[in-house]
Amino acid sequence: MSLLCSGAIRQSATRKWASRTFIRCTSSYSDRDQKTTSFGFKTIPAHEKESMVKNVFDSVASNYDLMNDAMSLGVHRLWKDEFVSSLKPGRRGPMRCIDVAGGTGDIALRLLDFAREKYADRETSVEVVDINAQMLKEGHRRFKQTMYHNTPQVSFHEANAQELPVEKFIDNSYDLYTIAFGIRNCTSIPDVLKEAYRVLKPGATFACLEFNKVTNPLLGPIYDQYSFSVIPLLGTLLTGDRASYQYLVESIRKFPSQPEFAQMIRDAGFVTGKDIDGAAWNNLWGGVACIHTGVKV
Amino acid sequence: MSLRRLGANIRSIHTQTPAYPGHIQLNAFENAFLAVGSAVVSLMNPYRADLIAALGETTAGSSLPKLRDIMLANPEGRQILKDRPRINTRTVDMDALARLPANTWGRTYINWLERTGVTPDSREPVHYINDPELAYVMQRYRECHDLYHCITNFSVNVESELAVKYFEFANLGLPLAAISAIGGPLRILSNAKKRDRLFSEYVPWALKTGSTSRCLISVYWEKRWEQDVEELRRELGIVDSPARWPKSKKTLDVDSDASFNLANSNPGPGSGSQSGNETDNTSHAPGTVPPIG
Repeated sequence: MSLLCSGAIRQSATRKWASRTFIRCTSSYSDRDQKTTSFGFKTIPAHEKESMVKNVFDSVASNYDLMNDAMSLGVHRLWKDEFVSSLKPGRRGPMRCIDVAGGTGDIALRLLDFAREKYADRETSVEVVDINAQMLKEGHRRFKQTMYHNTPQVSFHEANAQELPVEKFIDNSYDLYTIAFGIRNCTSIPDVLKEAYRVLKPGATFACLEFNKVTNPLLGPIYDQYSFSVIPLLGTLLTGDRASYQYLVESIRKFPSQPEFAQMIRDAGFVTGKDIDGAAWNNLWGGVACIHTGVKV
Repeated sequence: MSLRRLGANIRSIHTQTPAYPGHIQLNAFENAFLAVGSAVVSLMNPYRADLIAALGETTAGSSLPKLRDIMLANPEGRQILKDRPRINTRTVDMDALARLPANTWGRTYINWLERTGVTPDSREPVHYINDPELAYVMQRYRECHDLYHCITNFSVNVESELAVKYFEFANLGLPLAAISAIGGPLRILSNAKKRDRLFSEYVPWALKTGSTSRCLISVYWEKRWEQDVEELRRELGIVDSPARWPKSKKTLDVDSDASFNLANSNPGPGSGSQSGNETDNTSHAPGTVPPIG
């Protein structure tokens, strides 16, 4: 009797152990199935990235321009100037532009100024879209100092680049889609590209300015040292926030290389040039920054 | 510089394992960069207590091992290193201290906190010291700064804060104390009354007492709450403090420069700097920075 009992107990104990192990196995399966993404060098569940990035930009928003100037020693202005002049907004008449992740309005302002100065174009409009309200507030504040404030030429919208609301951002309605230094912060780059494809008119241009890979063996290590040594310290000194700037430099390293990103643009349906520097993309400063373009046909 | 040293100076782009929570490892170049940068920025904006803290840590150098050795040589100091006590409103029972008799050290401390409007919380944690024990010594210094104010009976206006800095330099030998002692007075060069009081009364006393009294880093303050405060002062060798306090809590000291503060002369996230600074008016809420002017 007792033997049977103990046998039964052992059996049920074994079953319990087995079922517990089974459960542990299945939950780790589901962990593996759960999508993860990178946040700088950390790996995090995909659904958390958006709020973590939001926290980064909430905290950097008020000092964003100061930090850009300090980190790039003012060079980011040259890159943005180059980006906008290569696009020539307004050359073929007034354009309806959408500038995504454009919070503080750097690109939008340049687009409007270029059209006005080169082509006497006061009808070109830019819709500035950003997921972060703090950044949009900074942009709105900056635009108040320009002649475009309260005109139909600029407007600000809070939206997610991966799913632009269909009622407001209608299919096939824009002549130019720009995204500068924003796409690497998005959780899913293919989704952003898909939305870009949707809202652009046939024949319109997609343009992306982003930090990219430096392949030059002399410049590369120097750039790495500068990024990982100086930039987080500048963050500490100027804004008291090292972690956000550490995230920023790490996220640059995780971004796909020039040809990989060009392929992703093609996968979304755009047509690009050949996979060489000068065609599908244009390296600035050896690849520190890079302009990728594609056309919707 | 040998190749190996050069290698050690290169920042690895991979994440580093911290030696304690909040630890950020810096190589020699980054350390120097942060030291100079934090000195410049905190001189321009004295409310950046986190940078004063960074300045202290990046310039500490060999002073921390010396302090640790002083602690090891003394039984009370050894106990502190073993227990690693922290001082904040969670670890210190403020209510119990307030109920102590008026002549005790604990009650004196509570009275001091009330008069100055300072809180022991929100001290910036240590980030840039690599060795965890030395990091604790730095943290201990930062948390005890208010206690040094209290034991020397100084308040938290500019000249008092600088006096404590001179005292600390003589007593503990931290470079940050010297830097603040030199940089701090730049801020009150214009106010003759404060300058005179500082240099003719406070500084001589601070230097003399600081160097002859016992090294305060090895005092286990939390075990002495019930001790009579005058007896404690005699034991440590801190007597006849020239410190002068304003007549009443609500009186605005019109001579004091309202625009900046003591954060400039602080070791860490300012004990007094953030709240009691600008004037001797302590009627604002503790822990807040008073409005300028």
